[in-house]
Formats: sequence, structure tokens, C-alpha cells
Amino acid sequence: MHLVYPLVLAVLLFGIGLYGVLARRNAILVLMSIELMLNAVNVNLVAFDMYLRDTLHAGQALTLFVITIAAAEIGLGLAIVLMVFRNRATADIPDLRELAEHKEGSV
Amino acid sequence: MNLAAAEHGFLSPTGAEIAFVLIGLVVLGSALLVVTTRQVVHAALWLVVTLGGLAAEYLLLTAEFIAWVQVLIYVGAVVVLLLFGLMLTKAPIGYSEPADRAARIPAATVALGATATLVTVIVDAFRTAYLHLGDDTVGTTKVTGESLFKVWVLPFEVLSVLLLAALIGAVVLSRSRARARSDRKD
Repeated sequence: MHLVYPLVLAVLLFGIGLYGVLARRNAILVLMSIELMLNAVNVNLVAFDMYLRDTLHAGQALTLFVITIAAAEIGLGLAIVLMVFRNRATADIPDLRELAEHKEGSV
Repeated sequence: MNLAAAEHGFLSPTGAEIAFVLIGLVVLGSALLVVTTRQVVHAALWLVVTLGGLAAEYLLLTAEFIAWVQVLIYVGAVVVLLLFGLMLTKAPIGYSEPADRAARIPAATVALGATATLVTVIVDAFRTAYLHLGDDTVGTTKVTGESLFKVWVLPFEVLSVLLLAALIGAVVLSRSRARARSDRKD
């Protein structure tokens, strides 16, 4: 298999995830887009592990670590989003502007 | 162009390559639906298709163990967590809102620019690289497990501590309100 196929797949997936992170409004949908980006990285790691014939299998080990960290991240992220939702009754990122710099006279 | 690329032309793809490209199209299509659909629950369900397709891609790359871990953790646990989160924050299920911010066009510009740049660089750099998947002993559970528990034991154990910390953190974060209320009552 040409190495270009998995690499281009990973790049396109990463681009889609990047669009989702920038364009989505709901915090949980942003978390889903981050998952897409992490999966793009995993495709790269597996492809290069196979390509380089790594005797230590660093690529596969790192893929497993990334999957684990993604699971931890999604658990913590959802806990934070749920807490924000309970306190503010919204999970929309543009509405969370408490820390934004207020312009003169707007407050 | 070197010998490897001359041997394996792009115009005469192997069966594995055809399967990889077809599943890749499914993955990319469902990923696009994840980031564009207006129904939040549908986004989570399309994410299942994307992640399952990626597991099939790992199988085609002969990374057998990674594929099953992908199915178990991503499709099994992460998507269920996301659905939980959606149901707890969006009471009316299937409620469709303008899910995209007004900044959709700048976001698309940034994403397209990054994708185009990376595709150009990567195709230019790895045009001739060929992945020999002849022996399928590289990604079996035995090989992965041996390298994981011989070479990568320390990071593995550190990672389990990290998971424990994340677990406790999530529990504390989601319990703090109830705790504060019961403290006030006492």
C-alpha cells in the first residue's frame, strides 16, 4: 500500500476536525471534533509504525496512549461542560463570555 | 521516482488499497456530517460510523490490536459518554438549532488552507514511499503486548495513574454541587 493513502486520509480528517472545532457552537460538538483530530493523529502513527518497521513499536504504543488520553480527556471535558451547563444553563461556547474583555461603556 | 514506486504504480492499485480508499471515503463523508449536521444526536451517531471505519482502516494496515481497542474504547465508551453529555445538556432530543457559529466561512477558510498545505507537503514528501504489509505479524496482540510490557512499561503505568486522576477529577467535578448543598444543610 502506498504510504500516501493513510497520510492523506489523516490530513483530510484533521482538516474536518479543525473546521468543527472552529465552527461549532455547542461545547460537546467541539469535543467530538477534537476526537476526529486525535484519530487523524492515530492513523499517522499506525501508518508510520508499519512503514518504518519499528522494532520497539513506538507508533502502536503511542497510539494506545493517545486513545487512553482521549478517553480521559473526554471524561473530564464532559464533566466540565455539565458543570458549566448546570451553572449557566447553556453549553454554547460563544455565550460564555464572562472573562472577555469588556469594551468601554458596554457594562 | 525510485524503484519501489515504479514497481507499484498508482494506476494499478492492489485490493487492499481499493478497500482502504473506499472505507476512507466513508470515513471522510461521515466525519463531514459530524461537523455539519444540525441534529446534535445525529452528529454523535455519525461519529460512530467514522470511528468504526477507522477501526477497519487499522485492520487494513495490519494493526489488529489497535483496531479492537479503537472499537472498544471509542465506539464503546467515548460515544456513549458523548451521548450522555448530549442528553444531559440538551433536554429535547433531536432539537435542531443553528449549530454553527457565524464564523463558519473563516473556519472553513482556515481548515481548507491547512488541509491544502499539508496535503501538498505530504504528497510531495511521501510520493514514492511504499508500505510493505507482507507479513501480518507486526500488529498482532502478541507483538503489541510484548512491546508494551517490555519497552513501554513505565509510560503505561504512568498512564494508568493519569486515568485514575482523570476519573477522580471527573467525579469531584460532577459531585461538587451536591456536596456543597449537603454541607450547607449540616
